[in-house]
Amino acid sequence: MGRYTDNPAAIRALVREAEVHKDTYIDPEIFDLEMEHLFANTWVYVGHASQIPNKGDYYSTTVGLEPVVMVRHTDDSIRVLYNRCPHKGVKVAGETCGNTGKFFRCPYHAWTFKTDGSLLSIPFKQGYEKTEFSCCEASGGMAAVQAVHVYRDFVFCRLNPEGISFDDFFGKSLSTIDNMVDRSPEGKLQITGGVLRYINRCNWKMLVDNQTDTTHPMVVHESSAGTAASAWSKAPPGTLKPMAVEVFTPFVSSYEFFAEMGIRVWPHGHGHTGVSKSIHSDYSAIPGYLEQMEAAYGKERAHAILHENRHNTIYFPNLTMKGPVQTMRVFKPLAVDRTLVESWTFRLVGAPDMLLERTLMYNRLINAPTSVVAHDDTEVYERAQEALHSRGRDWMNLYRLYDKDEPRDDPQHETNGTNELQMRNQMRAWADFMTAGMPGKTEGGAA
Amino acid sequence: MSQITDEQLRTFVYDEAALIDEQKLQEWEQLFTDDGHYWMPLTPGQTDPILQGSLMYEDRMLLQIRIERFFGKRTFSQQPHTRCHHLLQQPRITARDDAAGRYTLRTAFHYVETRRDEEALYAGWVTHELVRVDGTLRIQLKRVDLLNCDAALPNIQLFM
Repeated sequence: MGRYTDNPAAIRALVREAEVHKDTYIDPEIFDLEMEHLFANTWVYVGHASQIPNKGDYYSTTVGLEPVVMVRHTDDSIRVLYNRCPHKGVKVAGETCGNTGKFFRCPYHAWTFKTDGSLLSIPFKQGYEKTEFSCCEASGGMAAVQAVHVYRDFVFCRLNPEGISFDDFFGKSLSTIDNMVDRSPEGKLQITGGVLRYINRCNWKMLVDNQTDTTHPMVVHESSAGTAASAWSKAPPGTLKPMAVEVFTPFVSSYEFFAEMGIRVWPHGHGHTGVSKSIHSDYSAIPGYLEQMEAAYGKERAHAILHENRHNTIYFPNLTMKGPVQTMRVFKPLAVDRTLVESWTFRLVGAPDMLLERTLMYNRLINAPTSVVAHDDTEVYERAQEALHSRGRDWMNLYRLYDKDEPRDDPQHETNGTNELQMRNQMRAWADFMTAGMPGKTEGGAA
Repeated sequence: MSQITDEQLRTFVYDEAALIDEQKLQEWEQLFTDDGHYWMPLTPGQTDPILQGSLMYEDRMLLQIRIERFFGKRTFSQQPHTRCHHLLQQPRITARDDAAGRYTLRTAFHYVETRRDEEALYAGWVTHELVRVDGTLRIQLKRVDLLNCDAALPNIQLFM
């Protein structure tokens, strides 16, 4: 046991009003506690219903470090099971996705389980007669995650059977998911195009912080977006602006632009940049799309949906979404200094293919192991992961536009787009959900 | 016009890789036709670069941005620069149409990228779709199929 285990006061002390202690990012004990508490007490994204349309379809993934499998049960409901055989602990679903039929079968001793996790059969079962096997935990089969919620096809779970409800946790933040889904004339999203996966050698929270950090793009991305902007400025007048230039150049917008676009925060660590406008506002119209939207929703509602151009939305702890471009990233923690990014793309069902083309182009230009934008982000994350070990300074600074009277529990609050409020907001939520239900000392006001 | 020999085709592939290893990237980019592309698929056997995800699918403008950025003074992730090394198997000429001046070669490769103390080894196959333009060979499509294209990858900075 180190200095933080069973010591909620010590954990809370890592998050000051506008400073965060370096241990939050570099201490392996804190990482272990995040996996045990933070990723169990919060509603964590699992997968999308479009990945498992048919009975028996499954998708295996992780919540924190724990392998789970999301599966379409025989009654068409979506279940999330811990992907672990109750016998010897073998991961039952070995492939990322597939169809398992009516049951899962462990590759070790052929124990089988229904798609709700319950034990179906054990070969040569007479060996368990008169053993009281029916009283032990293994007889319950693969454990099911009890708290699962599907919101407009997005599947979330809370590993801890007790805790905050889904609606209380997300509150009004679900409006970002609503807007992305509503952008389909049929009100439906389909995960498509494959997933870009890449490793960053830094703490997962650095990626989360960066999503609402609006004073870095003009510095970090001058090299890529600035180069694209300067290349475009030399194009002969009348040249049709390529999709790639539309995607790249807004990254080097001015400080004033990012300040004006605004930030909105919600309780429990959620928030987004791009309230009034964003770097996604000025993309060219896709032929035929507006007409489809007006036919589906009526003129006024269609325009309201398309006028909403949120930049990055953080669903605390580790999901980020871009509604106007239909992309989503999951920051999966692997170790205190290692994070897997999964970069997903959606088709707006019923919309023109050209929208998907733009979504996929955006993803490979901006959020890929081959992205010249992401490369420079990675560089600063990794330099921070290294240099935070310095004893010369102990705190990360989040003072930009800090106000000691800033709201903590407003259902929704909007502010200047360069405010570091969302970073403070998510770290306050971090302290709450790290210590919720934690045994030990409670001074410091554990939630 | 004299026929392009097998040796000329193979030499083109070796020379092309050498330009990347020597970081003569502007010169390298000139090898592409005006509508040429560099494509790195995300899944084995992928046929569609537009409506399926890819690691890279870049026209000449995007390649030029990438190269200009590589040498840029404010490109912090390239201080110090990445270096790379191609090791190529002898290219197989898989299609030849002399009348149309179109040739396809497939080459197995090992590629190493290094920066600071990190080094990454990649294996795969490159397919060159070459066209003869005014008697010289140009690249219409360079397709790089990584063996582990669908794995969780580290940053890839240069060209395979």
